[in-house]
Amino acid sequence: MKTDIFISGVGGQGILSIAAVIGEAALHQDLYMKQAEVHGMSQRGGDVQSNLRISDKPIYSDLIAKGKADLILSLEPMESLRYLPWLSKEGWLVTNSKPLINMNNYPEEAALKEALDRVPNKVILDVESIAKDLGSVRVSNIVMLGAATPFLGIAYEEIENGIRRIFDRKGQAIVELNLRALAAGKEVADRMMPKSL
Amino acid sequence: MSKLLLLGDEAIAQAALDAGLSGVYAYPGTPSTEITEYIQNKTEQSAAKVHCQWSTNEKTAMEAALGMSFAGKRALVCMKHVGVNVAADAFINSAITGVVGGLVFVAADDPSMHSSQNEQDSRFYADFAMIPVLEPSNQQEAYDMVYQGFKLSEELEVPVMVRITTRLAHSRSGVARKAECPQNELHFSEDPKQFVLLPAIARVRYQKLLDAQAGFLARSESSAFNRYEAGTDPRYGIIASGIAYNYLMENFPDGCPYSVLKVGQYPLPMSFVSKMAEECASLVVLEDGYPFIEQRLNGLPGQGSRVLGRLNGFVPRTGELNPDHVAKAFGLPSYETFELPDVVQMRPPSLCAGCGHRDMYDALNEVVAQKGLDSKVFGDIGCYTLGYLPPFKAIHACVDMGASITMAKGAADAGLPYAVAVIGDSTFTHSGMTSLLDAVNENSPITVIISDNETTGMTGGQASAGTGKLEAICLGLGVDPAHLHVLSPLKKHHDEMVRVIRQEMDYPGVSVIIPRRECVQTLARKKR
Repeated sequence: MKTDIFISGVGGQGILSIAAVIGEAALHQDLYMKQAEVHGMSQRGGDVQSNLRISDKPIYSDLIAKGKADLILSLEPMESLRYLPWLSKEGWLVTNSKPLINMNNYPEEAALKEALDRVPNKVILDVESIAKDLGSVRVSNIVMLGAATPFLGIAYEEIENGIRRIFDRKGQAIVELNLRALAAGKEVADRMMPKSL
Repeated sequence: MSKLLLLGDEAIAQAALDAGLSGVYAYPGTPSTEITEYIQNKTEQSAAKVHCQWSTNEKTAMEAALGMSFAGKRALVCMKHVGVNVAADAFINSAITGVVGGLVFVAADDPSMHSSQNEQDSRFYADFAMIPVLEPSNQQEAYDMVYQGFKLSEELEVPVMVRITTRLAHSRSGVARKAECPQNELHFSEDPKQFVLLPAIARVRYQKLLDAQAGFLARSESSAFNRYEAGTDPRYGIIASGIAYNYLMENFPDGCPYSVLKVGQYPLPMSFVSKMAEECASLVVLEDGYPFIEQRLNGLPGQGSRVLGRLNGFVPRTGELNPDHVAKAFGLPSYETFELPDVVQMRPPSLCAGCGHRDMYDALNEVVAQKGLDSKVFGDIGCYTLGYLPPFKAIHACVDMGASITMAKGAADAGLPYAVAVIGDSTFTHSGMTSLLDAVNENSPITVIISDNETTGMTGGQASAGTGKLEAICLGLGVDPAHLHVLSPLKKHHDEMVRVIRQEMDYPGVSVIIPRRECVQTLARKKR
């Protein structure tokens, strides 16, 4: 198996926490993994991305080639589009729908929606409102991850186990909350995907 | 032992600890910061005694590391590429003194300038100092090279540079550890003159360094980090150093048809290069950074025209390499891609909501607007450099650590009526104190704003050397107490800040204004 993922968002949104869960699950299955992160200046509210590559064979490049990513996983809708040139024509775009506007030339809602509509394979969801319904906006990122689970090439149960290991020290209640968030995200993805997949 | 998932920086840190490190010396700088932070975290959790407190700047770090080596122990010194400029005096001369305890010097270069003002290549510094360089292609090699680097340094009796780039520093992968070595015991050179670089001794030491060069090359030629992989197609022979090797191999998943020389240790193993030049029609050089290897090969009589790389546009002249550059260079089929939609706009970084630098700039801008073209603001390196961007558009220069004060002084010397320097607390102690002394000694008409957030902010909130000492430092340097002000940068104090800044800009001598409020990021972390 080989899955190349672009995780994107705005500095401070916590894209690395999503990458950490996937990475934990991948490493636990003895898969090879490379994850290029952005540290430094951009973390102050700029656009950030992480190239996450998982494979059962050794991986050379830390960076994904254009047109080769299987998945764009984004916490912000405009940021999901920034990395479209890297997405494979068969790839999936999974993004949060709610804009984060910290700039004065953010695109109009209609124009943004039109651009997203042109992407053939996509799952778009409002992770914050789903997380709020579950009882805490703090699990928004895990809802996001849940919506991406069908495309990771890693069994859903392994992602669940990754969450258990990472949140274990925070207590059973937190683990359960995060597992519910994961399931809620996956449910949305299942609904939006064609049945043939 | 199971593998650890580590950043390249963390792999370097773990390797140093496993190799029997006694001290790391560094000043924070992207992309090198996480090396020292990892050692600080590990040391906190263990009983091992390893020095890991931040240094005031890269020069003090280099000198302290050399002192530890003088005393027989193993020292690691790390910095970003432009930090090497600051440490250069000590660094170059450490090759002449040589070492006793192993000394590994990590230079973290930033091709594409993700978080830097240039993309200088530290291999030139090592070449200038005439010491060996190790250049890893991945996180495991970063670990292995640092682990072996200490032994190499002790055997060759010189510092060894490990050169990485941002991509490796900030990418995570599985790393297998080696056995832990004990720290060295305190011991000294048998030669009492070794570290005394008086001209008569320095000439002897320099000759020793020159005589050692053939040995360094021999070590490179036999190093496992340099590997010749014979190919079947003689049209190209490819020399790929460091992380560039990955971008090549990513394009040839079933094996590269051309001969490949994977370079991980310098001096450049010339016997392999000669072999490749004999066997292959053209030589391709793939290296992340400046065309360091390529320039050397271009110099060979008759070889210049068949060397392909950054200099002749085979791959781009500037910036970080990637798999797409290599694919294009070799004419490999590219994949069908989506277009970048027009709606996507730039999203530059900005100062955090609630940051004290914002309040400082709001007040400063109000005064500067009144002074018009008669005033210029000289910025410095740190979060407050973002004051260049809208909505502030407040600074007119940003060059190097500490330059704000001395450039303001020079412009005032030239006749600029209102010269203002804006510098952070950590940058001030790094390189601004000597600048301020120059201004004080001439009572230059400048206003220095030390925007004090009590941390090293841009790199993630490391301890700042001057915290709690700034007023004493300024007074000690001779700043007139009547023209030293500490302010609290908050909206409610805006009018007072405007008044003080205007008053001091109108004063024809050195004044220092210190707006002080803790960084909102470090404050939030403490509350968590």
